[in-house]
Amino acid sequence: MTDINIEQYNIKQEPYYEIQSNEVVLYKAAYKARMPVMIKGPTGCGKSRFIEHMAWKLKKPLITVACNEDMTASDLVGRYLLDANGTRWLDGPLTTAARIGAICYLDEIVEARQDTTVVIHPLTDHRRQLPLDKKGELINAHPDFQLVISYNPGYQSLMKDLKQSTKQRFTAMDFDYPSAKVEASIVEKETGIDTATAIKLVKIAETARNLKGHGLDEGISTRLLTYAARLIINGIDPTDACRMALVRPITDDVDIRSTLDHAIDTIFA
Amino acid sequence: MNADELQAYRDALKCNFKGLDAVFEDCMNEALLLLSEQGIKDYLKGASLVCMIGRGFEPVLVYLEKMPQVAKQLGEPTLSLVSQAVWDLSRSPNGNAIPPFLQTIAEASRRLGSEEQLRLYVKILMDMMERTTGSIHGFHTTIPSPGLPELLQQVPYLLNNLSLHGFKNWIDYGVRNYQNHPERQKNYFCLQSADSRAILQRERHGTLFIDNERKLDLYLRSLWQDPEHLVPYSSGLDELRKPMPYYDAYGIRVPDVYDDVNDANGNVTGIDRYRALLAHIAAHRRWTTAIIADNFSPFQRIAIETLEDSRVESLAIQEYPGLRQLFIRLHPKPDENACKSAEESCIRHRLTILSYAILDAHHPYKNEVILEYVERFNEIISDKTNGTKEIADLAISFVAKTRRQSDQLPKVHFTDTEIDYRDDNRHMWRFIEEGDEEEMFEEKRKLEPEEHEPEGLPPRHYPEWDYNTKTYRPDWVSLYESLHPAGNAADIDKLLDKHAGLAKQLKHILDLLKPQQYVRVRYQEEGSELDLDVAIRSLIDFKSGAQPDPRINMSHKHDGRNIAVMLLLDLSASLADTPDGCTQTILELSQEAVALLSWAIDHLGDKFAIAGFSSNTRHEVRYQHIKGYSEQWCDTVKARLAAMEAGYSTRMGAAMRHAAHYLSAQKADKKLLLVLTDGEPSDIDVTDQQLLIQDAHKAVQELDQDGIYTYCINLDANVKPGEDDYVTRIFGNHYTIIDKIDRLPEKLPKLFMSLTG
Ligand SMILES: Nc1ncnc2c1ncn2[C@@H]1O[C@H](COP(=O)(O)OP(=O)(O)O)[C@@H](O)[C@H]1O
Ligand SMILES: [Mg+2]
Repeated sequence: MTDINIEQYNIKQEPYYEIQSNEVVLYKAAYKARMPVMIKGPTGCGKSRFIEHMAWKLKKPLITVACNEDMTASDLVGRYLLDANGTRWLDGPLTTAARIGAICYLDEIVEARQDTTVVIHPLTDHRRQLPLDKKGELINAHPDFQLVISYNPGYQSLMKDLKQSTKQRFTAMDFDYPSAKVEASIVEKETGIDTATAIKLVKIAETARNLKGHGLDEGISTRLLTYAARLIINGIDPTDACRMALVRPITDDVDIRSTLDHAIDTIFA
Repeated sequence: MNADELQAYRDALKCNFKGLDAVFEDCMNEALLLLSEQGIKDYLKGASLVCMIGRGFEPVLVYLEKMPQVAKQLGEPTLSLVSQAVWDLSRSPNGNAIPPFLQTIAEASRRLGSEEQLRLYVKILMDMMERTTGSIHGFHTTIPSPGLPELLQQVPYLLNNLSLHGFKNWIDYGVRNYQNHPERQKNYFCLQSADSRAILQRERHGTLFIDNERKLDLYLRSLWQDPEHLVPYSSGLDELRKPMPYYDAYGIRVPDVYDDVNDANGNVTGIDRYRALLAHIAAHRRWTTAIIADNFSPFQRIAIETLEDSRVESLAIQEYPGLRQLFIRLHPKPDENACKSAEESCIRHRLTILSYAILDAHHPYKNEVILEYVERFNEIISDKTNGTKEIADLAISFVAKTRRQSDQLPKVHFTDTEIDYRDDNRHMWRFIEEGDEEEMFEEKRKLEPEEHEPEGLPPRHYPEWDYNTKTYRPDWVSLYESLHPAGNAADIDKLLDKHAGLAKQLKHILDLLKPQQYVRVRYQEEGSELDLDVAIRSLIDFKSGAQPDPRINMSHKHDGRNIAVMLLLDLSASLADTPDGCTQTILELSQEAVALLSWAIDHLGDKFAIAGFSSNTRHEVRYQHIKGYSEQWCDTVKARLAAMEAGYSTRMGAAMRHAAHYLSAQKADKKLLLVLTDGEPSDIDVTDQQLLIQDAHKAVQELDQDGIYTYCINLDANVKPGEDDYVTRIFGNHYTIIDKIDRLPEKLPKLFMSLTG
């Protein structure tokens, strides 16, 4: 398929990623064997960033698909489009990845409907094939192709759980929010904020994470911490920045808000 | 309790009203669950006393029904407290106030939260009674208090709005002004008169603990990871010695109300005062190690206490810098020259100055010794390995260096030396001499497990996971399944009626979830019908040279909620407990919650079964069938639910495996096992705490393999979520902890709906 511009999927600059433990080694091994990988962990803990980093490290193109409820199988595989001379086939991102040997990252896979997710099945077993039924074509995946999905087990809904038959096709890696020290240095490097402030932000995140299960489903994510840091760098008062980036997004419970607001005040005093 | 025992208890209750026999057994059953042996004696004695006053059956009934809960919540001394108060009322002309008085007890104890508070409450009422009971000819009191029955009617409202102190002030005003005006007195106490409402407003001030309990719990948990529970006491009633906050094995004692305080910098709110107090106490709990008191003089002790307070506060400030300002604003700032050392003892004054100087670097003090000791204090603090012991040495040296003859004077300079956000430090001393004999009360009356084999089906055998060897012990557990005995279905209907308001609210959500017969699925490339709107839009795009959306069809699909649910109830003995702050046992609350949930699921039409479990060693896991998939939510099922009882232990893994056995036989897209439990798995034949936790975790994994989604609703408020707690170990992320158990009936159905919605 010469008309695909592979270049656009290559990652040009090293994405900054702070290693947490042995995840790089594990992932490399899985890639070497071309095993499908499931990255599990709460929102905003660095899953996407890790995959970008690995794609860069392995010098492979990366195609990311943010999954959603309205997505159909055609959105992944491809479809016929009408044009002036009749119809024309357009590959979907999954097909493109299989053809060019990219890492295909399906982000938040549970958001997609289950009848959509089954199209990935034939790509995940030893056949590594993708049938394009409508086109009557059977693609053998490029030797470099690999499938990665992300999955947030914190979602507390039976309806949004992956099918067992899907889960059984992946190796899995657990991600979590980094340790306080690492997380602070991430926030610092990522945003350029000073060390002292970064440490305080992480401390606030910890107080919220202590309330998990007591009214909060998930704590404050690393991503939100970087938002708060950026607001502060742009001259917003730290306590306002934290309220806006860390507390308001995650809860409407007045008691929890009041408690976290107090934590912010006492940490940033 | 067998018939003989029942008769023995009945004999101990000296009372012969007709209605008594009909209710006695129920009351006894509850009392036996909630009270100690001594408590039972006091209970029967109290009831006999209430019977003796000859005011009919009602007071006895109220006493019998309400007191076990009250005693369980606030302590058994309340049993005689209340019966004695009834007796006193009956000895006065105020016998008519007895039933309304008893009616207030349950509500008052809920609101007041501790025995001391209830005692004060009773005392306030008795004072009021004495002062308003009329006298003719000077000494015979014969005219009943006009205001007392009115006052009793208003108690729930008053206690919801006032601290006990305010309650007393409000009463005092009425008594003082209307002692001799029966009609106006009545008007005052039923909140009719204008001044009555005005005084209420005046007394309604400050931040009430009871309105902020959850906020404060969250504060302790989130900032200090401390799940200890809080018990209020009445501030400001005891005029001579102000009670101080403290903590011991039973919880953290905090005042029932805090007013805002004003200083030059504005306002410190009541809630922030509570937080300052909790921060101080949490800091002690984290960093103070108790030391032996016997070797120190009283002066040395208060010096050690003061400097230890300063030390833990410094550490807390390192964690949360904002605390410094808060502490500074709440800390008294004695004038350096206020204490006249010729006439009074200055020891407290000196220590308070030192404590303030440590806290606030911009303090105004000039005294060389104070400055020196601030320096030395900071040195000790900067070395992280120093603790209570090192600070004690510094304190002793400070006492020696600043000793004065006048320290011994009986007159102590108190002005500006009370630091009221600090606790009384009782936790930091160990006494060797008195020997701390822990009260060891054994609960002898706990029923011995019955020996007989549970009748019914032959046992099923299940393996158990031994994490030590990483192997299964095959056929290790014997599980007996039986039909749950039936009680009275109407009880459950009554519970549902009680929650009619909630049910209405839930119904609204249910209707949204309820499967519509057909739903339209739009934006389909292939479908059963053309979706005209989209088709036209596409055509326009196409005609104008843009890329048309090919998804111009729509289809219909049957929106089946194809879910099978199994609700597994932990029926172990701990369910008979009444959690702090609740008036019902966990079992009762579970009954209500399960009734509502069943009603909701029935409404949705999901496949649904209920079972309960408990265990008595691995040879006897009981699995009680309450509702099967094929049974309707009908009176038979309700009757079984109504008869639910608590007993024995919690062998969770086997019960889950058995529940899964039924659940996997169901044809459904989604299978959900809900486990409702109040604690970790345990059994009397297992000493290794981890074993049954690991086994339960293994069971969850097995179920997951079978496509069953397991979810735990946990009622154990002491769980600190983290990697190490047992809930996470067993259920991973699939759990919710219900902090306020009395809200379970509301939470459970909502949780189910959000899980499956
Ligand atoms: N280990 C890490 N190294 C560098 N940045 C990180 C790391 N973990 C989290 N981040 C930061 O958090 C943000 C959110 O991470 P992301 O990968 O988008 O989360 P997820 O995909 O898990 O929802 C990133 O943009 C990055 O700023
Ligand atoms: Mg103290």
